[in-house]
Amino acid sequence: MNAALSRREFLRASAAVGGGLALEFCLPLAAAAGAVASEVTAWILIYPDDRIIVRIARSEMGQGSLTALAQLVAEELDCDWDKVGTEFASPNASFKRNRIWGSMSTGGSQGIRGSQDYVRRAGAAAREMLRTAAAARWRVPVADCQAGRGMVRHGASGRTLRYGQLAADAAKLEPPKDVALRDSKDWRIAGQPLARLDIPDKVRGEPVYGVDVALPGMLHASIAQCPVFGGTVRSVDPKNAESMRGVRKVVQDKDFVAVVADSWWRAHEALKKVRIDWDAGQWGNASDATIEAMLREGLSDPAPLRAREMGDAPGALAKAAHVVEAEYRSPYLNHATMEPQTCTAWFRSDGSLDVWTSTQDGENSMRAAAAASGLPLEKIEVHKMMLGGGFGRRGAPQDFVRQGVTVAKAMPGVPIKLMWSREEDMQHGYYRPASMVRMKAGLDAQGNVIAMQTAIACPSILKYLLPQVLEKEPIDFTAVRFFSDFPYTVPNQRVDYSMRNGHVPVGFWRAPGQQNGFYRECFLDEVAAASGRDPVEFRRRLLKDDDKNRLVLEAVVKAANWGSPLPAGVFRGVAVADGFGSYTAMVAEISVANGALSVHRIVVAIDSGYVVNPDTCRAQAESNVVYGLGSIVDQEIHIRDGRVVESNFNDFPLPRIAQMPVVETVLVPTGGFWGGHGEPVILPLTPAICNAIYAATGKRIRTLPLTGQDLKSA
Amino acid sequence: MMTLTVNGRARSVDVEPDMPLLWVLREQLGLPGTKYGCGIGVCGACTVHVNGEPVRSCVLPASAAAGKRILTIEGLAESGLHPVQRAWIEHQVPQCGYCQPGMMMAVAGLLAKTPHPTDAEIDASISNLCRCGTYARVRKAIHALSAASSARSGASTP
Repeated sequence: MNAALSRREFLRASAAVGGGLALEFCLPLAAAAGAVASEVTAWILIYPDDRIIVRIARSEMGQGSLTALAQLVAEELDCDWDKVGTEFASPNASFKRNRIWGSMSTGGSQGIRGSQDYVRRAGAAAREMLRTAAAARWRVPVADCQAGRGMVRHGASGRTLRYGQLAADAAKLEPPKDVALRDSKDWRIAGQPLARLDIPDKVRGEPVYGVDVALPGMLHASIAQCPVFGGTVRSVDPKNAESMRGVRKVVQDKDFVAVVADSWWRAHEALKKVRIDWDAGQWGNASDATIEAMLREGLSDPAPLRAREMGDAPGALAKAAHVVEAEYRSPYLNHATMEPQTCTAWFRSDGSLDVWTSTQDGENSMRAAAAASGLPLEKIEVHKMMLGGGFGRRGAPQDFVRQGVTVAKAMPGVPIKLMWSREEDMQHGYYRPASMVRMKAGLDAQGNVIAMQTAIACPSILKYLLPQVLEKEPIDFTAVRFFSDFPYTVPNQRVDYSMRNGHVPVGFWRAPGQQNGFYRECFLDEVAAASGRDPVEFRRRLLKDDDKNRLVLEAVVKAANWGSPLPAGVFRGVAVADGFGSYTAMVAEISVANGALSVHRIVVAIDSGYVVNPDTCRAQAESNVVYGLGSIVDQEIHIRDGRVVESNFNDFPLPRIAQMPVVETVLVPTGGFWGGHGEPVILPLTPAICNAIYAATGKRIRTLPLTGQDLKSA
Repeated sequence: MMTLTVNGRARSVDVEPDMPLLWVLREQLGLPGTKYGCGIGVCGACTVHVNGEPVRSCVLPASAAAGKRILTIEGLAESGLHPVQRAWIEHQVPQCGYCQPGMMMAVAGLLAKTPHPTDAEIDASISNLCRCGTYARVRKAIHALSAASSARSGASTP
């Protein structure tokens, strides 16, 4: 039984007891489980019966880092893996203990690579403390004691003590500052394709996601936000709703109206009957056309920000024997997590506030709750629930927490669970930015690339979500990546960035900036064709021998057998991209029949330095392929009259099982650095597929999605 | 009052006849394994069995399920784990796991009728949405279940 199970059972049992019972989530888990665990370090609790709880600071949203982080700790602790369970570290305790678990932010494929050093040290420190405790018990030198496989052994006498027998003594010791970490070649828990710790619960439908929170006396809320971003509530007539069964309150705020009822369905039905007069504000006339015009104007910006300048790109282009030029664009996209945004909040009679939410950043949720409640951080606890997907929607933006706390504040003493309808979720996202890029490449008479000049017009995610970052560095790196860090050896390069924000909120959509990978790698295919070279050979010539991009390219070329014959009607495309600490290259095999795309096989090579759990890394590759595929085929957020047109999965489709290609993942970890896995594989996906479409049809795909484009062979 | 037979037990609920079965299960009967995803019957996160057939409970009025046998993820296994759940562990299918109760109910329904589905039959019958993209493993697990049932019955795979 792991800690998540204990907590879930506790939560359900408490809920079943019914009204008036104050839940005490601050209770040590040990008390709930009827045994006392010792906190050896802040990360590690050990029970007398040797069960081990590893505290996890990052969120689990499907990416598997809950398991991989536990593997890293267990590796250094050198315990029995089958005794290991996990619990999420408490944001409130983090605040009170001076952020002892580091960052709780879960994004940027940082879960492992951003915390591997200190979680491994925490495991190693605990192991040393257990050794020291054993040596003291036996009154022998520490050097004569070995720790491993869940016990400490005294070499000379052969005596042993299990970690569970030593934990209470070890917990009284000061953690050592300097500990040696194992070489990855000696790993036996890390590096292995171990079964995920969260899956046994997940196949039973038992994890408590944010939307599953159930508390005594809890009410439910459904919300309607101003359909036009930036608009407000002018007036509300709630009377038709107030008389409906189960309705307790209609809550009005600046930009939303929520109905609170004894059931979510009743709240939602009643919300439809509330008459709301919205003030659209200044953006009621915004549309796809106004947004396109804004971006296009940005491409002609006379004073753009310069994201890269090497040599003299304009001069080299003027002298080039041949210039290739193209304009590419892509639309806004919604994260569309399967679990809609949700927040349960409860203002307690003792002046404290409890929040339960599916969050990618528990600390940020706590700050949002503090801002919305007016309470100091120490009075707030955020319970991090299992996430039904994240993909960047639930980290920096905490709109759902602000709203959930605001609604609960209107009914102090009553826990209220706010859940967005799918329609609200579709129409109030923090969308992947729509953007437009113009690229020019200059070739000399021999077909060598001598210049690359790029103009990018793109809204800034940082401007919306982390504006303080732009105060230090005015260029939003998510808008210019893949060009500002162009890996190909072109002597003259210029990258210009025009920030054009519009009114549509933008956010960190899985692998922020990945649309630039589409632009760059598809345009390079155009340049390769203009220079008369094979796309792989063209890239090889532009990548240095020791560039890791070159290494993954060679790995994927070999695995996909690039250049070998394919079945009739099947064509290949290739792309290379690095980001989130890792290097990826991909070959896509597709066919186009009657104008419709089928993706048959994706071969991807990834170098992430180290691999902590090869099976979850492969799962992440598969996940990235499907996540990206929808954006290629038929996903698009349209804006009309200032609001989002799409409303649900009928008009913002997700790929289904029938569209899933075979994914072959080649892990080529070269060591010496730590790269991510949650996002990198999406980077080369769109260009690899679109380059294959060109091979199949002779048509260049310069705008997405494919819906409505004629793919019949030219 | 309305009586529903859920996971083999008769349960009385006081709800509007048009309250979707999903919300009766989740909120009135304390069975939150069945999930809300879209509310329009597209995504399949709310899939349960009614009289052995997979249905989308977010668009099924509770009154339409009265008197019928309703099976949810909580009751899928008579004891221990259902073969589909075991295959889901064996093939490490779930990622975030949110859509998986519905996915497993859909697959259990498919296999009950078609123990050895072809890829085309899988494509045609499994329309559940998974944003994490577990589809490759779902397919692999279905084929493994098909092979296992052939081995048990001694029949050859058609």
